[in-house]
Amino acid sequence: MASGRPLLLPSPKTPASPYPPRPPFSDLPKPISEQPNPNPNFNPSMDRPIPYSSSKRSGSSRSKASSGRNSIEGSDSSGPITTTVGNIALAGSGFSSSNRRRYGSRGAGSEGLASQREISDEDARLIYINDPEKTNEKFEFAGNSIRTAKYSVITFLPRNLFEQFHRVAYIYFLVIAILNQLPQLAVFGRGASILPLAFVLLVTAIKDGYEDWRRHRSDRIENNRMATVLVNGQFESKKWKNIRVGEIIRVCANDTLPCDMVLLSTSDPTGVAYVQTINLDGESNLKTRYAKQETLSRMPEEGGIEGLIKLEQPNRNIYGFMANMEIDGERFSLGPSNIILRGCEIKNTTWAVGVAVYTGQETKVMLNSSGAPSKRSRLETDMNREIILLSLFLIGLCSIVSTCAGIWLRHHKDELNLLPYYRKRDFSEPEVGNYNYYGLGLEILFTFLMSVIVFQIMIPISLYISMELVRLGQAYFMIQDAKMFDEASNSRFQCRALNINEDLGQIKYIFSDKTGTLTENKMEFQCASIQGVDYNSRKDPLDEQDDHPVIVEGQVLRPKMKVKTNLELLNVLRSGKESEEGHNVYDFFLALAACNTIVPIIVETQESGVRLIDYQGESPDEQALVYAAAAYGFVLIERTSGHIVIDVRGDRQRFDVLGMHEFDSDRKRMSVIVGCPDKTVKLFVKGADSSMFIVIDKSFYSDVIRATETHLHDYSSLGLRTLVVGMRKLSGLEFEEWQSAYEQANNALMGRASLLRAIAVNVESNIRLLGVSAIEDRLQQGVPEAIESLRQAGIKVWVLTGDKQETAISIGYSCKLLTSEMTQIIINSNSKESCRKSLEDAKAMAKKISALSASAINNGDLGSGRVPLALIIDGTSLVYILETELENELFELATGCSVVLCCRVAPLQKAGIVALIKNRTDDMTLAIGDGANDVSMIQMADVGVGISGQEGRQAVMASDFAMGQFRFLVPLLLVHGHWNYQRMGYMILYNFYRNAAFVMILFWYVLYTAFTLTTAINEWSSVLYSVIYTSVPTIVVGVLEKDLTRRTLLKYPQLYGVGHRQECYNSRLFWLTMADTLWQSVVIFYVPYFAYRHGIRDGSIDVSSIGDVWTMAVVILVNLHLAMDIIRWTWLTHAVLWGSIVATCICVIIIDAIPQLPGYWAIFHVVSSGLFWASLLAILVTALIPRFVIKVFIQHIRPCDVQVAREAEKFGNSSESTAVDVEMNTIRRER
Amino acid sequence: MLISVIFIPIGVASLLASRDVVEIVDRYETDCIPANYTGDELSFIQDPSSNKTCSRTLTVPKHMKQPIYVYYQLDNFYQNHRRYVKSRNDKQLRSADNANSTSGCDPEDRANGSPIVPCGLIAWSLFNDTYNFSLNNEALTVNTSGISWKSDRDKKFGDNVYPRNFQNGTLIGGKRLDPSRPLSEQEDLIVWMRTAALPTFRKLYGKIEVDLEANSTISVTLENNYNTYSFGGKKKLVLSTTRWLGGKNDFLGIAYLTVGGLCFFLAMAFIVVYLVKPRQLGDPSYLSWNRSPSGH
Repeated sequence: MASGRPLLLPSPKTPASPYPPRPPFSDLPKPISEQPNPNPNFNPSMDRPIPYSSSKRSGSSRSKASSGRNSIEGSDSSGPITTTVGNIALAGSGFSSSNRRRYGSRGAGSEGLASQREISDEDARLIYINDPEKTNEKFEFAGNSIRTAKYSVITFLPRNLFEQFHRVAYIYFLVIAILNQLPQLAVFGRGASILPLAFVLLVTAIKDGYEDWRRHRSDRIENNRMATVLVNGQFESKKWKNIRVGEIIRVCANDTLPCDMVLLSTSDPTGVAYVQTINLDGESNLKTRYAKQETLSRMPEEGGIEGLIKLEQPNRNIYGFMANMEIDGERFSLGPSNIILRGCEIKNTTWAVGVAVYTGQETKVMLNSSGAPSKRSRLETDMNREIILLSLFLIGLCSIVSTCAGIWLRHHKDELNLLPYYRKRDFSEPEVGNYNYYGLGLEILFTFLMSVIVFQIMIPISLYISMELVRLGQAYFMIQDAKMFDEASNSRFQCRALNINEDLGQIKYIFSDKTGTLTENKMEFQCASIQGVDYNSRKDPLDEQDDHPVIVEGQVLRPKMKVKTNLELLNVLRSGKESEEGHNVYDFFLALAACNTIVPIIVETQESGVRLIDYQGESPDEQALVYAAAAYGFVLIERTSGHIVIDVRGDRQRFDVLGMHEFDSDRKRMSVIVGCPDKTVKLFVKGADSSMFIVIDKSFYSDVIRATETHLHDYSSLGLRTLVVGMRKLSGLEFEEWQSAYEQANNALMGRASLLRAIAVNVESNIRLLGVSAIEDRLQQGVPEAIESLRQAGIKVWVLTGDKQETAISIGYSCKLLTSEMTQIIINSNSKESCRKSLEDAKAMAKKISALSASAINNGDLGSGRVPLALIIDGTSLVYILETELENELFELATGCSVVLCCRVAPLQKAGIVALIKNRTDDMTLAIGDGANDVSMIQMADVGVGISGQEGRQAVMASDFAMGQFRFLVPLLLVHGHWNYQRMGYMILYNFYRNAAFVMILFWYVLYTAFTLTTAINEWSSVLYSVIYTSVPTIVVGVLEKDLTRRTLLKYPQLYGVGHRQECYNSRLFWLTMADTLWQSVVIFYVPYFAYRHGIRDGSIDVSSIGDVWTMAVVILVNLHLAMDIIRWTWLTHAVLWGSIVATCICVIIIDAIPQLPGYWAIFHVVSSGLFWASLLAILVTALIPRFVIKVFIQHIRPCDVQVAREAEKFGNSSESTAVDVEMNTIRRER
Repeated sequence: MLISVIFIPIGVASLLASRDVVEIVDRYETDCIPANYTGDELSFIQDPSSNKTCSRTLTVPKHMKQPIYVYYQLDNFYQNHRRYVKSRNDKQLRSADNANSTSGCDPEDRANGSPIVPCGLIAWSLFNDTYNFSLNNEALTVNTSGISWKSDRDKKFGDNVYPRNFQNGTLIGGKRLDPSRPLSEQEDLIVWMRTAALPTFRKLYGKIEVDLEANSTISVTLENNYNTYSFGGKKKLVLSTTRWLGGKNDFLGIAYLTVGGLCFFLAMAFIVVYLVKPRQLGDPSYLSWNRSPSGH
């Protein structure tokens, strides 16, 4: 490889002594003894830039558009992990906690790096290479076996129970059950009281146990996988679980890594290994990792490697790694690019050897697997308020009962001893005592507690369980929805959070990322301005034929993607390098092909002799540029860490990559220093316009610069993403200066990132402007329509983007977010004061405009309506606004605007904006995004939606729902959200009603039993009431009910307002329902009471019989009540509803067929009399009349939107009332 | 409308049925106290030596077709009291093998050290007034068999369970049982053990299986043994015929008529509303955003 290298470069040599910490390069004496090391392996700037960028990302906004998202994306999240451990439920991401923590540490900046030395000294983890015994001698490091399973056979029962009882509901159950075990309080038999709790616990335990068993199984498979480990100088197969820290492991291509290892050497002579981190962070592109030059040549088989690695304690940051390695007295540092992590796969590398540093549970992938953050839905929060009301109500009932019981006891104090039905005195024992009587006070207390037990189902505990089941069902239907299936990426809708389905029906604000969310994030090179000349494809006919197949060893290589080319530009290129124009164009495309981090990968095709080049890279912009360069004949063929091979119009040329300054968000540009075949050294720079024009040499070509700026503006107003490309030839002296500084910076142990940045800033100056590239990021399909629908639905769509203002605005126009009649308020400020001022101005203006439009409305000029406002604000202004007192001003202004567009915002600012709304209003927020930079926003919002797109899966992993396309938001919110909200709201109310009705019947009866809590209804029936008799229909209805069809909901997006106005669940509805409940319970109780009061043929009715009457009546009534409200009947609804009634009959019959129970055969006696049927009919009709009548009248006189829309749906059907009458008929038939 | 069409006939029918029932109610617990015991009923009823016999005359208001059911009605007796309801042991009642199982029967589980069969407060407090009817000085037989549920006789009360150690305690609660007859034949106990749901209840005493003519007088000789005086309970003797809805009870009929009438009224009201203020169903112009120009 040395042959192709320019003379300037010295041969590789390692410095002889460990580097002392370096001062900044500027005042560094030029080292003589140490030759700069040109070997790119030793060149950490080739590394992924994360460590430095992550150390200072927090405050700085960064522009995606300006210089391509150069590989930064990853640093934003501790990539959530889906390990290869197939079905392990690792999928949750550790974001909630880890992110916070990292944001904090990130702010510390390079101080974090400074602490590294302390790590080395004190908390360091010392690893002796190839000497696991010694390594593990002092500290017992964890073995490599992993355990994702939660329980073992022994711990299963206690731990599982412990976890289950974390739920309040279960504790409530348990307390009631325990109370019931006290002999004085035993209301129910032991069995009946424990059974429901035991049943629920058992089912959950079985479910957990099964999941855990699967985890155990996959753990076992994972732990027993084989790896090749160096033992006694030879590589042997060893099970994964037996790998120890310090051992040397060899992995081959496509192998999964068994643990986190530091790379020692690879099959590549330069020590490069490519890893795919899809299991780690979901990014499918290849990442390069390097072995250190020092270890490269040592073959471990020969025992050549011995050394010590000092490294930091295990942590979950997958993009950070700090260590020192000492071999033969030489000490050098290791960074994140030297470590390969468990779960990754080796690609494109025949073999790689590394030393295990973190194993088992200490690997980064395992540390990152933790549960998903849990959110609680708005409806559930509201529901809890009503639950508290119900609890108060329950306490009230119990107090009434116990007080009355106390009064009764006092009143009958003298009689109690001999009262045949009380018999306080117990004569059965030799000494006459009191039987079961503990004094008035205690009796009252016992009565109170007993009444709590009897009335326990007032608080619908089963509701929580049914809600979970319902959500599961809803999620199933959402996932199955073909309208939300993305054919392009073959991805279904994913429901990752199961407890906020109904929130989808109440979204008021949508915060959307732009790139990859509104747009496809499929970059396409559109046009360029080179040296002030605009080569705009749009003007010229396209010439698509002319591609440049590269022939290597008889094989044709062709770029995978074809790019439209510009004829004019091609002609210039064809004309050759000689003309000045041609020369510039040549340099421009060379810069595009060279200045990037793209790795070309050759893919075989079916066609023989033709192979495709797939450009793998972390930034779609770069990919687009490289493809464009290839289309114009600058085909990037090969990239190693040391050189790149570019086929320049049929002529293969080799360029040495001497140094690379990665993109970072401060500089917003990247540069590469290449040694060209003609022995010159060139610096190519590309970056955002704002950052590039600072460093461009303005002294000459000022007209060119001016023309370029004009073009730049034109491009960005077309919505194109622009990058400015520049170059500079480096003189020998300049190069040497740069190189020595670069070397030193690279070898510095601390502050490396900032040193490198300083060097980059230093060298990136006096750049000659080459041109501007413009990339189009096309809008996703259906985005304008989707936004229009959402807006009609009353949802405010805010776009938060990292793009330039012009780009953002133009995208805003093209997706119809902005319209021409909108008044735009633009805030670009650089200080707090100016921010304040512009906010105040804007507010005044907003007021004026709204006053104007209000007067227009008053004047009867309805046509013009309100002038909508659009607020456009940039990241710099937001820096001064967020988290200061100006936040409020912004909030007031922003809520007055119909559109808000934030450009140039940093990820944390996105979250800040979401928080701005979330903290100040009750409105529900939804954040949608696709990239790692959206993660914080997605987690902040009430509902987070991830787009599974081009930018990896971090966003998806952090999200509650994931889908393929932005437009799926419309069916998700307008259809499923509406349904889910409506269903859940109804279900909650119905459950309240159902349980309260039952409790009230018990309560009325207690009033006639001297307040002693006798339950006429059999205890088993009371227990089964909410479990079997009435629960299944609510669940099925909660899953299947559709108040309107999809078509109607999409046709009238305004119907979404139902959720905004909380029409399906609010306090008024709650009280109405409770009033209805009261009426119904009164009817159920008193109709049999009066009907049976004077008795039937056999005398007065007995306790069990009237209990059976009430049981049947209440079950049939609540099911009929449900039937009356069901809008969409399916066979399943029918089956379940009537099935429950039948099941109830069967259960009652079974219970009454047990001779041991007092109620033996009661039901048969009851149903044999006509009185039963007569009173049942009377109950049903009387109880439902008020509800029915009110419903019909409201529907007729003040129909709500849903009602009207529903009528419109079945237009042609006769009136609503006859429809219900028909229902009533079926009911009668049913009986 | 439909409901009213269905309900009004049912209401009329059940009201007629109820009106058809002839019922004679005679409250006797105060009248059957001898004058010298007035104000001191308790000592009268607790005195085993006092003469409890009392005679009453009842007039039949209308023709009563057989069978005529004879009930006793107790007021203010909480047979549904929690302590009372639980104080029984169904296992013991079923089979002689379980004679010793008296759990739940407190405080009447054992007497003099051995278990009581049938145990519990319910059995202990068995009603023990007796009635003898005569029509024109000719005794009317009251059939006291078949008054309990067949299912109870067959399955619940064993035919090999004989009363034992019953009413031997310090406190006598009610009737003594014939220890030679199995429980399944002691129908008054079986009826009594079906605890009534409400504090005022009637229990079947027997059936008179002859028709009674209108205006005939029946004289009843009764033994006023049962102590309801300690809690101010009332005792009534009831003779009643039955129809398909059971005894005399206007409630259902009135309820049906009311509901039917109400439905009729409401249906009318709705029709009126519909005629006065018609609304085309499904007319999109009723959607809220179409009604108000400013939107929501």
